[in-house]
Amino acid sequence: MSGAEGDVVQFDNVGLRYGSGKEVLSDVSFTLYPGSFYFLTGASGAGKTSLLKMLYLAQRPSRGMIRMFGTEIITMPRTRLPGFRRRLGVVFQDFRLVEHLSAFDNVALPLRVSGVPEADLRKPVADMLDWVGLTHRADARPATLSGGEQQRVAIARAVIGRPELLVADEPTGNVDPDMALKLLRLFESLNRLGTTVVVATHDVHLLKKVPDSMIMRLDKGRLSDPTGMLRYPPGRGSVGRRPT
Amino acid sequence: MKKPPATTPVTRRGLARFKGEKASELVPQARLSGPMPWVIAIMIALTVIAAGGGLALNNLAGAARAELAGGATVQIMEADPSERARQAAATVDVLVDIDGVASVRLVPEEELDALLEPWLGVGADNEAVPVPALIDVRMSGPVTEERLDRLKVVLADAAPAARIDAQASWLGPVFEAITSLQWLAIGLVVLLALTSAAAVWLAARSALGSNSETIEIVHLLGGTDSQIARIFQRSIAVDAAVGGAVGLALGLAAIMVMGDRFAALGSGMVAGGGLGWIDWVLIVAIPLVGVLLAMLTARITVLAALRRML
Ligand SMILES: Nc1ncnc2c1ncn2[C@@H]1O[C@H](COP(=O)(O)OP(=O)(O)OP(=O)(O)O)[C@@H](O)[C@H]1O
Ligand SMILES: [Mg+2]
Repeated sequence: MSGAEGDVVQFDNVGLRYGSGKEVLSDVSFTLYPGSFYFLTGASGAGKTSLLKMLYLAQRPSRGMIRMFGTEIITMPRTRLPGFRRRLGVVFQDFRLVEHLSAFDNVALPLRVSGVPEADLRKPVADMLDWVGLTHRADARPATLSGGEQQRVAIARAVIGRPELLVADEPTGNVDPDMALKLLRLFESLNRLGTTVVVATHDVHLLKKVPDSMIMRLDKGRLSDPTGMLRYPPGRGSVGRRPT
Repeated sequence: MKKPPATTPVTRRGLARFKGEKASELVPQARLSGPMPWVIAIMIALTVIAAGGGLALNNLAGAARAELAGGATVQIMEADPSERARQAAATVDVLVDIDGVASVRLVPEEELDALLEPWLGVGADNEAVPVPALIDVRMSGPVTEERLDRLKVVLADAAPAARIDAQASWLGPVFEAITSLQWLAIGLVVLLALTSAAAVWLAARSALGSNSETIEIVHLLGGTDSQIARIFQRSIAVDAAVGGAVGLALGLAAIMVMGDRFAALGSGMVAGGGLGWIDWVLIVAIPLVGVLLAMLTARITVLAALRRML
């Protein structure tokens, strides 16, 4: 596969096995274009989380090639990876909130890691908590939040820095349909500002809510392209925005 | 539906440092509520006490040696008091003229009585129990066998009842005992220092183990290895410093109390067993070394954990 410099991510024949087990992902090839919105679907155990882990730089593939923001990342020295991770926003399937930090401090964490001054992050974090409906829980520790509330904190943390690539693993698994829709709007608005979005989900109803989204299907570790849009994406070339 | 909030892109800021109060909040500080500072405090206290004792013993032995090395004692073993006084005076006269003798002092009778009082009782009659006259001789440089022999020859004429001994030779067994005590103290300090180091190491590791989740999260959010290591180093250093300070205070208190007890004995020998400023510097360095070790452990452990991640 020949990748263009502007592509966000390019996977070429990527395979992954854990330890000495059999491959959980085989021959995965795809390209994520700037400003596009992707859904990743597939049965439980199909390998969605495994694929996303490689996407958010938590897992090295067993074989194949991965380019991100125009750079081959597999052979890259470890010391350069943090710079790439800061361009990503990640909603982990298991949230991964810091236990002893408040909801506010969890959301503020990526900004602080990136060195944003305290004065500049109060308002954006407060606004984001307001949007996910958690202003009244801003000082609560994750353990005292409901599953859905924790998920909203995790999402707020993922989008707060307006990442170039947002990777969300089952981001609506624990919330009611109204909240799911609202969170999807958040992703869409981010997408409209230029963020490439990848959302893994079981929820087929969600797929229809984002009209121009592209669908990647994983089936027993192999990627299929039911809409053909991965290969021939609409709006290829109109960087940042697909035509509607 | 309301418009989603505006977000600020942060990616152009580069790899800024994450530090200060907000960074240190990432690690819950155990302080005195956790076991770590206490384990460190106890080990540091024991090490400080052993080191203090060892150094005091060292000074004591050194001072006693220096004092006794140049000393000799002449005893006039004569029952007749007037003859004893004559020979004593003659001995003093002869000795002051000899090269290498720095000072000669006839120990006054009252002083002898005071020394013997515990054994002979108050007002014991000197005539009943003949006590030899004592002459304290200080020589420049140590008293060797040859010098002693030369003095003996000189004294043989002037005072036939004189017997001369080097002070160090009487105390030979005492020095041997002190030397073996010193080795014991050195051994104890080494063992305690090793145990303290192990305690600091284990405490730092366990503190990090309970925070491995946080380490991984900050790593995945783009924290650099050195950023993360610095956060933990700082937090562990604070705990170790608290423990070290408490341990140092406990150890110093024990040393002070022991020092007072020994001073109360009023023995001339123990007076040489005080601690000099260099000893205090060494003792205060013990908790500082502990803090450095804790920081080093934290750094090594965090970096090793991070290197196992991509
Ligand atoms: N750390 C791991 N070690 C070994 N095997 C793993 C590991 N993580 C996942 N697997 C295996 O890899 C396969 C894919 O798992 P993955 O978590 O990617 O599935 P998924 O599509 O995200 O499932 P779900 O929808 O339930 O979240 C599964 O068979 C799983 O057992
Ligand atoms: Mg999964």
